[in-house]
Amino acid sequence: MLRDLKSSLIAVVVLTLALGLAVPAAFTGFAQIAFSSQANGSLITVDGKVVGSRLAAQAFSKPKYFHPRPSATAPAYNAGATTFANLGPTNPDLAKNVRTAARAILKLERPFNPGLTIGDVPVDAVTTSGSGIDPDITPANAALQSRRVAAVRHLPLTAVQRLIDENTDGRSLRFFGEPGVNVLKLNLALDRLGGG
Amino acid sequence: MSGQGIAQVLVYAGVLIALSYPLGLYMARVYAPGFRPGWLSSLENGFYRLVRTDPAKEQDWKSYSKTVIVFTVVFFGLLYAIQRLQGHLFLNPDNLKGVPAHIALNTTASFTTNTNWQYYGGEYTMSYLTQMAGLAVQQFVSAAVGMAVLVAVIRGLSRRTASELGNFWVDLYRSTVYILLPLALVLGVILLSQGVPQTFSGHATATTLEGAAQTIARGPVALMIAIKQLGTNGGGFYNSNSAVPFENPNGLTNFLEVIAILLIPASQVFMFGKMVLARRHAWMVFAAMFAVFALGVAVALPSEQHGSQVLRSSGVNITQGHGQSGGNMSDKEVRFGIANTALWSTATTDASNGSVNGGHDALTAFGGAVPLVNMFFGEVVFGGVGSGLYGMFFYIVIAVFIAGLMVGRTPEYLGKRIEAREIKYAAVGALFVPTMVLTLTALSVVTASGLASVFNSGAHGFTEALYAYTSQANNNGSAFAGYGATNFSAELGTVALMLGRFAPLVAALALAGSLAGKKTAPVSAGTFRTDGPTFVVLLVGVILLTAGLMVFPALTLGPVVEGLTH
Repeated sequence: MLRDLKSSLIAVVVLTLALGLAVPAAFTGFAQIAFSSQANGSLITVDGKVVGSRLAAQAFSKPKYFHPRPSATAPAYNAGATTFANLGPTNPDLAKNVRTAARAILKLERPFNPGLTIGDVPVDAVTTSGSGIDPDITPANAALQSRRVAAVRHLPLTAVQRLIDENTDGRSLRFFGEPGVNVLKLNLALDRLGGG
Repeated sequence: MSGQGIAQVLVYAGVLIALSYPLGLYMARVYAPGFRPGWLSSLENGFYRLVRTDPAKEQDWKSYSKTVIVFTVVFFGLLYAIQRLQGHLFLNPDNLKGVPAHIALNTTASFTTNTNWQYYGGEYTMSYLTQMAGLAVQQFVSAAVGMAVLVAVIRGLSRRTASELGNFWVDLYRSTVYILLPLALVLGVILLSQGVPQTFSGHATATTLEGAAQTIARGPVALMIAIKQLGTNGGGFYNSNSAVPFENPNGLTNFLEVIAILLIPASQVFMFGKMVLARRHAWMVFAAMFAVFALGVAVALPSEQHGSQVLRSSGVNITQGHGQSGGNMSDKEVRFGIANTALWSTATTDASNGSVNGGHDALTAFGGAVPLVNMFFGEVVFGGVGSGLYGMFFYIVIAVFIAGLMVGRTPEYLGKRIEAREIKYAAVGALFVPTMVLTLTALSVVTASGLASVFNSGAHGFTEALYAYTSQANNNGSAFAGYGATNFSAELGTVALMLGRFAPLVAALALAGSLAGKKTAPVSAGTFRTDGPTFVVLLVGVILLTAGLMVFPALTLGPVVEGLTH
């Protein structure tokens, strides 16, 4: 017993120093040199100022921008405190939130999409994401928003569609995962193009 | 369901088998006494001198169990202290305060038992020091403990008239340094290259395009995520775990992370086959595991694609195709879609991993029942690193025993006679945890302090509680995350975590110790063959009957009611 205790005390110190400090410190040093951008959060800078991260959604409410999926974080799109919404599949609040989100979308998009019905709203547009900072929307969701953005910015629809295509991350190696449109990158590209 | 989604699942299964077979053979070599990896051997011998052990001196099952427990208790103390004191320690750029006592207690129990249940949000609760030198160290070490115990148990099965099962320090060191660390470094670099952060700088602050301030949490993430996946730990750096793009940025990282969940547990089946010279039998065990895994995916995937009643009746478009994967996208991420989230939720609970790439609380009734039942089986479908296969031995012994009863012969397993003592150990190993789960769940839903943790109402709320204690007692760590932390639930959880880890662990070592002492009988015409398909059917049947029947009544009150009434 005493022997085990002595051995354990030494092992705990050795393992913590090695696996908890030495290895991660060396790994961090390597990361900072070899993959500096990724290692520091894939931040995007414009004119020397950090405007966000490629990997985190941020709030967009102006009509000239594409809007991300709903977020359950407080405040919304808080990349410092991610969370699920945790509403069960039969929770009445889920039904209410989905209805409210769908109504808001119809109100926003209908002027630019005559005849738009709730059946045209893709499910990702009315459901919270897992992280609360899902950087992507589905191509279907982007297509729905494209007419509004084009109209508000007085851009031809084809130009906006081209930007959507350019900012769609396809499946990795053309196989793994699902395609997603990176909202922040798309909106930055739109701002560079102008309009609005 | 899309063909693309099914293709991803099939490729997953193929790659898993292709990688785990050679890795299993390598692992069998690593644990053999003659393994000498060049100059690394001197480092290894240095460790043995430091902890004052003679690597050639082996321990019997009692001594081995004792060392495991003492070692875990000492680490428990350190991890608790780091959390409580983190506010006064270094590597805390965001100036986080000490972790509250009951959360720290539950978290310590959770990480030292390879569970990684999280009653906290990592990025705003734990300092970099706690994440890196506290939690992530446990992600290596608690995994290595499980692997060590498995090797000891396998030695018990293969040795004749012996009492020694191995030297814990040797098995611990080799699991960590020759298996976990190299795999974690390789996976860590890949994750890093794809966008998982690794920095000691505090959070970043951005000014968004619309002029608001946004906090972006980061830290030493990549290496932790690698070992979290490989060591069936599951405890993420961020609250939303692998759903967060900083833990899991794209389809490729998702694929590699979900491979990593089952990689070592699957390899251990082949390692076992090599160590006991019963490769055909190992393939049959693998087949039984694979069958339950496939069954899980076959239920979870269509359920999630079908979506929930709320989403279907809302009128929004949940049909797959035309630029979306459709289905139940609630608390799921676009880049993973339905297939990859359903696959993950199945794999993470087949193993004792418990990481998630989408919110389990928002799964459909039957999509959520799959992870629940997987855990209730004791996570023996590949299972936790080490703990999965030693848990499976309980079922194997019971299956062999039942086969013996049917033909009226003394049951044998790998040439060893299975007698009353072994059956007792196997029964304790297989039934203790499910019994405890039902007891604790009952306690939590009949007390006001227990009910305070429940977030959703009705049948789903019951499932939250059942899931919480199933997950903690089976050392999984995934959650219906609405289930909240109170002092009561944190303490009840701590009991589940500790007993759930050590009761089966000691039962497995005792079983091995008992079998090691026996002679090996030659195979005769009356021996029940464990290397054919009959054995696979019997084994799956035993799992379904013992654990399945125990969970069925509770399952009826939760997911079944929810699924049938809506």
